[in-house]
Amino acid sequence: MAEAHGATAVSATGGTATGTRLLEVEGLTSAYGPVRALDGVTLSAEAGRITAVLGANGAGKTTLLRTISGLVRPVAGRVLLDGKDITKAPVEAMVSKGMAHVPEGRGVIAELTVDENLRVGSLFRGKVAKSEFDRIYDLFPRIAERRNNHAHTLSGGERQMLVIGRALLAQPRILLLDEPSLGLAPRIVAQIFGLLRQLVDSEGLSVLLVEQNARSALSVADVGVVLNLGRVVVTDSASALMGDEDLRHAYLGF
Amino acid sequence: MSYFVNVTLTGLTQGMIYAAFALALVLIWRSTRIVNFAQGSMAAATTFIALALVQAGWSYWLALVVALASGFVLGAIIERVIIRPVEGGNELNAVIVALGLFVALQAGIAIVFGSSFQSFPAPFGLEGFSVGDRRIALTPNGIYIIGAVIVTMLLLVALFRFTRVGLAMRASAFSQEVSRLLGVKVGGMLTLGWGLAAVVGSLAGLLIAGGGFVYPAYMDSLIVFGFVAAIIGGLDSPVGAIVGGLILGLALSYISGYAPRGSSLVTISALVILMVVLLVRPGGLFSSTTARRA
Ligand SMILES: Nc1ncnc2c1ncn2[C@@H]1O[C@H](COP(=O)(O)OP(=O)(O)O)[C@@H](O)[C@H]1O
Ligand SMILES: [Mg+2]
Repeated sequence: MAEAHGATAVSATGGTATGTRLLEVEGLTSAYGPVRALDGVTLSAEAGRITAVLGANGAGKTTLLRTISGLVRPVAGRVLLDGKDITKAPVEAMVSKGMAHVPEGRGVIAELTVDENLRVGSLFRGKVAKSEFDRIYDLFPRIAERRNNHAHTLSGGERQMLVIGRALLAQPRILLLDEPSLGLAPRIVAQIFGLLRQLVDSEGLSVLLVEQNARSALSVADVGVVLNLGRVVVTDSASALMGDEDLRHAYLGF
Repeated sequence: MSYFVNVTLTGLTQGMIYAAFALALVLIWRSTRIVNFAQGSMAAATTFIALALVQAGWSYWLALVVALASGFVLGAIIERVIIRPVEGGNELNAVIVALGLFVALQAGIAIVFGSSFQSFPAPFGLEGFSVGDRRIALTPNGIYIIGAVIVTMLLLVALFRFTRVGLAMRASAFSQEVSRLLGVKVGGMLTLGWGLAAVVGSLAGLLIAGGGFVYPAYMDSLIVFGFVAAIIGGLDSPVGAIVGGLILGLALSYISGYAPRGSSLVTISALVILMVVLLVRPGGLFSSTTARRA
């Protein structure tokens, strides 16, 4: 693993070696009334890797992330973080356990400024050194220029940078991202995914990336999990999934 | 000319109280999307606590502090026990619960403190200052009212702007789910928000009671004016609540001072002003709906 940047590292890997299972989901089943959005999903995200969960609209990707972070309570199954059962942990406690969830639609707090958004993300840690904020602004110079603007004035790409930066301020071990590419220009998507790759490779961050945009996601991910109607269809390396034309046509839409 | 000055001064003093009451409503609306119809009876309850203490020989100031503190506790308990189960659910449920609380508290006050009129002390004089050989409508107690509301508002601004807990409260008010994902204990922030709102509402109740009479329903007219002020301001905006309160206080004072038989027109005028504002700007003067939708 590459050397961390001392006190200003964006992720605390907690010494978990690359390749070990950091987040495990076992037989997870979630329902909205009679609708089973997740039906016995089992998958894992390894430390120091990008795991992409792919699937069409309605496949259950958002429900998966929401169940992992406790916003939706499962009817069956377990969620383990570093071997510890967190299925019943309160939503508010997830981030201090090392899991940062950037929700679908990005989740900027529109009424707060860029800087305030970042500060909310660091509140749970108590006092956080200014250098950590500077580090986030260095990663995303575009939001640095707008730090005193209200978040509702940001473009889609800037919002995505803000919420990823805000999640990084929590020093997560694993980052859950729900469709970060949605509505963004390909150039911005490439830039954001490139940065994720860099953080994963150089600082041991782990990412569980949920995407409908399978082509972009597989180009950055190590492992892909294909979800269809709430069930896992296949799990394989990203390159193998890229090479499987039948599967791509059937489930990934490209 | 001096008549105009007097009417204006009266309007400003009243407006400050409406502003405080409106601010209490806005604080709760912003964080829990509930219009707190019980705000008036909550304030009445704490005013009666202050009155009981004063009648037992306590100083006004000590009674004020205890009353505000009990307002905080009352607001926090009400949120935690009564409001929490209906938060985020059907809006009608919240309205019914708030109205039920309004009735229950008012009845409770009558049972505990009786329903007769009782005079409530003012800490400062109620005679207008003399300017030359004239007396103006600004009284020492009026200055106290204006000062108390301004100080309270500055404290709230400082809390929301400069403190960590203030930032957590704002984040929770704007986006509960995102705040929870960021590790903010949203439930605690809502309890705190209700507590603070109840303190501000109680202050309005104590100020308007000073030098007058109190009875279990004495806040009813202030409830109407406070609502109108809050809605004029946009219900979402603390600044709007203050401006709305001052506008309403002045407008009502001019109407009762200049219109023939004006004082009998005050309540109806408040509602007319409300209708006019809502026709021109349906979201209120300071509505931030565009920001919220973004
Ligand atoms: N809040 C909800 N209430 C009822 N059904 C829902 C809700 N959210 C999602 N669903 C349903 O659950 C299924 C999975 O949705 P979702 O997890 O949002 O999928 P994805 O993120 O992959 O598009 C869909 O059939 C969707 O209609
Ligand atoms: Mg989704």
